[in-house]
Formats: sequence, C-alpha cells, structure tokens
Amino acid sequence: MAGSNKINSSPPRWLLAELTYACPLQCPYCSNPIDYAKYQAELDTEDWKRVLTQARKMGAVQLGFSGGEPLTRKDLTELVKHARDLGYYSNLITSGYGLTEEKIIQLKEAGLDHIQISIQASTQELNDHIAGTTSFQLKKEVAHLVKKHGYPMVLCVVIHSENIHQMPEILAMAEELGADYLELANTQYYGWAHANRDLLLPTKAQFEQAEQIAQAFKEKVAGKMKIYYVVPDFYENRPKACMNGWGTTFLTIAPDGVALPCHSARELPGLDCPNVKDYSIEEIWKESKAFNFFRGFEWMKEPCRSCDEKEKDFGGCRCQAYLLTGDMYNADPVCSKSPDHAVIQQAIDSAAKNTVSVDAKPLIFRNSKNSRLFS
Amino acid sequence: MAINPELPIQFSRTHRLQWEEAQQKDVILYPEGMVELNQSSAEILKLCDGTRNLAQIVSELELKFATSGLINDITAFLEVALKNGWIQQN
Repeated sequence: MAGSNKINSSPPRWLLAELTYACPLQCPYCSNPIDYAKYQAELDTEDWKRVLTQARKMGAVQLGFSGGEPLTRKDLTELVKHARDLGYYSNLITSGYGLTEEKIIQLKEAGLDHIQISIQASTQELNDHIAGTTSFQLKKEVAHLVKKHGYPMVLCVVIHSENIHQMPEILAMAEELGADYLELANTQYYGWAHANRDLLLPTKAQFEQAEQIAQAFKEKVAGKMKIYYVVPDFYENRPKACMNGWGTTFLTIAPDGVALPCHSARELPGLDCPNVKDYSIEEIWKESKAFNFFRGFEWMKEPCRSCDEKEKDFGGCRCQAYLLTGDMYNADPVCSKSPDHAVIQQAIDSAAKNTVSVDAKPLIFRNSKNSRLFS
Repeated sequence: MAINPELPIQFSRTHRLQWEEAQQKDVILYPEGMVELNQSSAEILKLCDGTRNLAQIVSELELKFATSGLINDITAFLEVALKNGWIQQN
C-alpha cells in the first residue's frame, strides 16, 4: 500500500462499526454520506468478526455499534457476543426503533454494556416530524426498558434550530426518564446536516440561551446525571481537535467495509480509503495512505503550519475545511486565524435569512429516495 | 460526597474495571469513555466488591504491601471514585 508519509502511530482505541446504512428514521442531520444509497453491499458476519478481532488485538477497547440503525442487522447479538468475548466495552447507538424487551435481554446476556437512544425532541409532534417516523412514545418506552434491565442509559438529543427552544423540556425529559448520561449534541454540519444547514443552524442568541440553561442543569444534576455537551463549533473561535488527531484514536468501518479515519472522511477526495476485505486492520492503520494522510503536521499549510496551537487542535476538521473552503489542506475555517473564516459568518447569515423568508426551502429528509438524487 | 465507614463499598454496576493488555494498565470503562488507572488506584478498586468497608480495605492493602498509614490516601481516592460514580454504597 502507499504509505508515502508513514509516521509512527498510536494504536486505535475507538472502533465505530457502522453495521448498515439502513434506517427506519429519516433525520435531516444524519451524519451518513448523502449518497449512501449507492453503497449497497454490507460486510457479512465473518467479516465483522475478523475486524473486531484484529482491532481488539491492536488495542481498541471502546466499540460502537452504529449505522444507520444497527438493530436492522440480524447478526447483531452474535457480534455483541463476539465483542464481549474479546473484552470490548460495547455501546449500541440506536434510534430505539425495533428494540423489544426480549431483544434488550438477549443483548444483555450476550454482553452488551450500554445502550444510547436518540430522541429528536421533547414533544411527540416535533420528534416524529424530525425523525420522519412515528417513534416518540416507543423511544420513551425503550428508555424505561433499558433502565429496567440495568444498562447505563444514555439519551442523545441532536440540537438544531427546530428543537433548541425546547432545551428546558428536553432536560426535564432526560431527568424523568432517569438518564445516566445526556448527550446534547449540537449539530455538526456534515452529510445531510450540511445539505440542510440553512434550516438547522440556530442563531448565536439561541445557542447562548440554550447553553446557559444546560449549564445550570448540569450543576443541578451533578452526581446523578452526566452531561456531554458537543459544542456548536460555528460559534467558536478555535476549531475542535477533530478525532483527537487524524489516525491517532478513532477507526470507523463503513457498512461496505471501507475503513475511515472519521465517519465523514468518505467525502474527501483522493484518500483511497482501504477496505477490510483487502487488508488487515493493522495494515490499514499503520500503512494505508488514508490513515497516514493527515497524521502529524507536515501536511499543514499556513496559518496552521507555524501556529503555536497546532498540537492542541491539529488544524481542526479536514472535512469541514473541504466542505467550506474546497481545500482539505486548509485550516478549519472555524478558526479566527483562517483567511476563510468569513465563510462561517456567511453560513450563519444565510441560515438567519432563511428563517424569515416566506419561501423557505423544505428540509431534505434522509432516505434512499433523496439519497439517490445525490448519487 | 463522603465515604460512610460502616457500609461496604461496591464497584459500580454500570462501569467495568479491566486489565488492558495493549496498554499494560487497568482501566475503567463506561459509556463512550475510559479512565486509565495507576497501580495503587487499581488495587483499591479491586477490593471494592461489596463485602468490605473502608477499614477492611485499608487493612487488607496495608497487609498486602507491608506498610501502614494508608487511610488518608485511600479515603481521598475513594471519595473521588464515589464522586465519579465508579463505586457505590448501598
């Protein structure tokens, strides 16, 4: 394999197994690629077992079963069992759709450690609108069952302009459901969220108010519930340390077996991301062109290259640089030192204009029909 | 939060303590997270099995490492562990 700029790498710690792109929900901020419909092939059970075994041997310990909706895979319990035998800590990242009590018990017996359920809003009407599927009551029932069977229960709510005003009600709902962890994930604008950004990006005032409410709540529930707050980086002056640095910690395997340094990396040109059907995880992690592409600092352009903060944020997110500036080597434009920083304000202005416009464009829901339009 | 000296201490049912061969370390695993432990922290947590109270943990470790005067260090660590939800008492 290529590996022209091979750099000594730390072993992977986090394996995200995107088992499938199939999903009964249609959330318009889904992080799956907008053209996912063209990737029809899925790894089989033996492929996944091999991937789990090889990554564990290298040191991966946190494992996320994700998608799409991982519950649509018939072999989920078998994979959970295999993961437990290998010593992974397994996280099921699910919409809750299709999760019966019988399945919850079966997965517990197989060794699943935790279930994260996404809820789209604090009211049935808005939840079902955003999910594109009637699912609110069902999700709440699943949350109770997850608690009942002794799993740590994580609620994940993706925050955007359609539900940000519900922050107090979302927090009350998490408390009522007895969540052990609440992930308040401000939308990150990749994939479908990028396509729908004008309709999803809240104003700065909305963010600040929501953050204040969440912060006060965090202090109130300290010791009972942990809050993970994913920051809205469009309103920051420095970029996020994306993926804790490229190829240092995270390994994503897409449904068709393509190995990615982050789950959006499929959108980047020229990476030639390798497939687990052709190479071992060790070869992919250590030798592949894709995983070495942005390791270290040699790839950087100015202002990152000479920046005294480059070891802190690694120049930010490569996918964001590519989506917003057209050049994946550029500094993440979220950074106020970036010469392209103005694109962030333009995005904010464009979203603000859209909310007052009478002929606002509609949300593009994440489904196969819409995906084929992008393929 | 303080440790109740009377009650036994139990490692959390919603966290997992395990040895990581690749890191040559004991770690605590929880939803989407991991804490790496040094050897003394790991030794303390391994005794939190719901059968021993604070004094029993201290005397067992003092015996194991042929030393004395560990009570303050162990208490301080267990208070951190309780605050982080790694252990429980009930």
